[in-house]
This record gives sequence, C-alpha cells and structure tokens, in this order.
Amino acid sequence: MSDPVLSIRNLTIDYIGATTDFRAVRNVSFDIAKGEFFGLAGESGCGKSTIAFAISRLHRPPALIRSGSQILLNGRDVLALDDAALKELRWREVAMVFQSAMNSLNPVLTIEHQFYDVLKTHTGMSRPAARARAAELLALVDIPADRLSAYPHQLSGGMRQRVVIAICLALNPKLLIMDEPTTALDVVVQREILERIHKLRQELGFSVLFITHDLALMVQVSDRIGIMLEGELVEVNDAQAIYRNPQHDYTRKLWASIPRLTGARIAEGATP
Amino acid sequence: MTESAPILALDNVSKVFHRGGSTVHAARAVSFALHPGRTLALVGESGSGKTTAARLIMREYRPDGGRLLFRGEPIEGSAVRDMKAYRSAVQMVFQDPFSSLNPVHTIRYHVERPMRLHQPNLKGAARDAAIAEVLTRVKLDPPLILPKYPHELSGGQRQRISIARALAVNPEVIIADEPTSMLDVSVRLGILNLLNDMKRQLGLAVLYITHDIATARYVAEDIMVMYAGQIVEWGATESVLGNPQHPYTRLLLSAVPDPDRPLGEETRFDHELRNIRAIRRQSAIEQPEVREIAPNHFIRPMPD
Repeated sequence: MSDPVLSIRNLTIDYIGATTDFRAVRNVSFDIAKGEFFGLAGESGCGKSTIAFAISRLHRPPALIRSGSQILLNGRDVLALDDAALKELRWREVAMVFQSAMNSLNPVLTIEHQFYDVLKTHTGMSRPAARARAAELLALVDIPADRLSAYPHQLSGGMRQRVVIAICLALNPKLLIMDEPTTALDVVVQREILERIHKLRQELGFSVLFITHDLALMVQVSDRIGIMLEGELVEVNDAQAIYRNPQHDYTRKLWASIPRLTGARIAEGATP
Repeated sequence: MTESAPILALDNVSKVFHRGGSTVHAARAVSFALHPGRTLALVGESGSGKTTAARLIMREYRPDGGRLLFRGEPIEGSAVRDMKAYRSAVQMVFQDPFSSLNPVHTIRYHVERPMRLHQPNLKGAARDAAIAEVLTRVKLDPPLILPKYPHELSGGQRQRISIARALAVNPEVIIADEPTSMLDVSVRLGILNLLNDMKRQLGLAVLYITHDIATARYVAEDIMVMYAGQIVEWGATESVLGNPQHPYTRLLLSAVPDPDRPLGEETRFDHELRNIRAIRRQSAIEQPEVREIAPNHFIRPMPD
C-alpha cells in the first residue's frame, strides 16, 4: 500500500492490574489507505475500542502501550509526539466520533458554541468566522443553520450524532474514527447517517476507521474489514471476501449468529 | 389468525401526550391480540409508539380511549385481587440489562423476590428448587450464579437473569422491549432462542418489541409495523416481510443492513425515504380504511 494514512505495526496494549496484566491488544498490525473505509469488527472486550483510543493517544492508565508498538499517522510516529504535537494531531489529523452522541456534546452550550470551541482552540478563528464555518459544516450533514442556536436536548439522537460528525470534520481530518457511531439509533436514522458519511468521504477524501459489532452493516459500508478476537486481529480482507468467503473459523461463527431478513432465518450451517 | 382465544388484547386503545403546547398521539386506535404459544413482533422507529404500547399493557399508563382485555375481560375497574393476578401473569423484560437489575442485591434476591410476593405459599426447599429451575431454564448454573452481584455478570447473563426473574412468577405473557439491542451480536441469538424456547415449552404469549426486523423474523409468527402511533401494516411475518405494502414498512426493510447491497450512488433506501417524506406525517391523523391484501396480511394505507 503506498503512503497509508494510518499504519499500525505490532501494537500491543496491556491493562495493568495489581497482580496480573490483561493483554487487551496483541501484536496487531494493519494499514488504512487514503480515502479507505476500514471496518474493525469483534465482540465487546475484544480490544477494538482500545485500538481506537490508542490511535489519537486518548487511552488512559491502566492502559499501557507496550514498547515495540508503532502507530504512524501520515508517516508521523504518534507514540513519540509531545503534548504540543499531540494537540496539533487531534482534530486536524484524526478525529473521533464516540458511541453515545448524546453524551459527547456539552448539554449547557449551544451547538454554535461547541463548534466555536474546537475552531477557536485549534485555528484561533473569530466568532463570526466560526459561525459561518459551523453553518457550512452543518449543511454537510443536512442540518439547517438555524439549529446553531439550539441546545443538544432540543435535537433528536440522530441529529446530535450528525452534529458530532460535523464537528469532527471541522478541521478536515485525514482520518475519522467512528466507534459504534450508530448503535444507539434506529435503522432508518443509522442508514441516513452512514449514507451521508459515504458521500462525504467521496467528496472530502478522508479515511474512516469504523468500529462495530454489526457485521452485515460493516460489509455494506466498508472497503476492507479486520476481525478481532480476544485482542488479536484474526482475519483481514476485502469486505465482500469477509462476507462471501470468510477464512477464519471465528468469522464464520459470527456470520452464523446473525438472523437474516431473507432466505434461511439464520446463515447456513448455524446450530442455534 | 389463530384458533386459540387471545390471552391479552388491546381494543382500539389511544394515548395522547400533551407536551408544552403540542400534542403527541403516541397510540391511535391500536388493536392487537397476544395468543398463547405465539410471538407477535412490534417494529417501528424510535418515537413511533412501540414502548407506549408496552407501557399501556404494563398499566404504567392509563389509555385515553379503548380497552385492555385480559382473558376476554376488560381490565379497567378490576378488583385489586384481579390486578395482582394480572401483574403476575404479564411480565416485562427490559432493554437495558445494565440498569434493570439492582446493583446492591445478589442474583438470588432478584429471582426470589417476585416468588415471595406472588407465591407466598412457596417456601424453603420448594422455593429453592423453583429458583434453581428457572435459572436452569435460562441456561445458567444455579449454585454458581445465585451468590453473584449484577456487576459480576456479562450483558447476556444479566439479560438471562431478567428473563428468569420474569419466569419466576409463572407468567402467561412476556413483554420484551428491545431485549437484545444492547447485547453483542454473538450473544443475541442465545437470548432469542430462549424466547423461542419459552414460547414453545411454556406456551407463553410474547410481544417482541424491536427495530431489528431480522430478529423479529427469527422469533415471531406475526408482525405489526407501527408508525406515528398507528399500526400501519400487520399479519403473518413471512407475508409482511416478503410482500411489504405500506411505504413505511418498505422504508424499514430497505434500511436493514444488507451485505449483498454495498452503499452506492442511488439506493432503494433513498427512494423509499423520499417516498415517505412526500407523505405528510400530519396527514396520518386521519384513519384510512384497513385493507386485507392477502390472507392474514393487512395494511392501513397512507392518505394521499
């Protein structure tokens, strides 16, 4: 792969305990190309969110990235950056959409103010300029500019999640990390948001790291997919190959556990 | 639909909420029936009125119109003793297994308490045996699980406890409101199988509320689709999902993640979404005539 946006090599992360350590991520390596939509799938506790947090160094003790691990963002070694460089990296190079949008917006600030926070801190933008930029960003996610003066509780869950996505795009990041961005939303809203991300990625050219345990959804939106099991990346392949020709036993089991809308009620060969 | 008499039925039930100056019709002339040994799925988007229907059944809300029938008798105005029988016959399994169990009590407490309240004659060794039986039924190991606290269990295990707690009072009806939406995909199937087992082995009537239509297909013989407080399409699950007639049913189906249809330029979903937006939500306040479009498959068409 030529000049990947993200390159992870031999990433190992432990949660340090009083007596024993828990290895959450075990020697994981993968790349994400420019403009690529990469999905990371696996069950709760498999380490996928731990990786997402580590990429922008948002992990907190007791999580510890073991030496020998490497995370390169546009060729820069993330693990070697000092605080000032990290601040430059976050939002500008990599932005993150968390699972519960309703909790990641500040309830006592208007939507406009939340945009202003990011834009002023990172670019020193003036209030009127930030307002104009915020309106432009909201338009990207189909929200009218008059909602800028609204508070988060005045918006639906789907709208709040779209606001978070718009804020994440404020500084044109090269990589957008989305950790279960639509799990709390219903299927129609989920679909609207993912179609919007799909179009924005084509227009703006950013890459996406998409984390979910919904394999059917992941195949639908991703170019390539990595399957995680107990901290290890057990299979990486093109999305359609993961769907039509899964190689790892665990990937096959995951498919077998998903009820289907057409044909047999669950995937063939499953033993419920 | 089925030969057996319904155990629980909603007959033309309405519920209106007044919020600020606006009025929300959360249930508009909703009618459906639950039969022993069958699962009825209720699907629809957030805010369509699914949970309001559940709360009306659980008597958390009183209907503004219509009747709730239990074994053919209206519930309204029942004696207190009959209400207690109703509360033990109709049990609920909630969405969030992390907040529906009390963190300061053991699993034994959670399963034992409903038995003490509803079966005061069950005591000592007989009660212990009954506790072990319901836990075994949900495929948990009684001696291992009884002394534990909720935080020591996984989401799937906690949801099994919620089901065991519901089963503890020998119910006839289970209302399951999104019981798997907060669980891992790999754990969901186990919970759905449990619902299927209960229905078949204990002859329970199940109302399965969800926005995940594929899981509805897995557990339910019959399905109804709710939109803006109305049941807009209902009938045999395979018929409704195989030949959806209402624009909202078609939209829901087109939004279900389908690995065979990668996101493209123009999708069936975009088409259905435009379709539904073109029809004014407000105009749904009228109640068009119901049409039967196939045996046991009905729709309430959208007004033009």
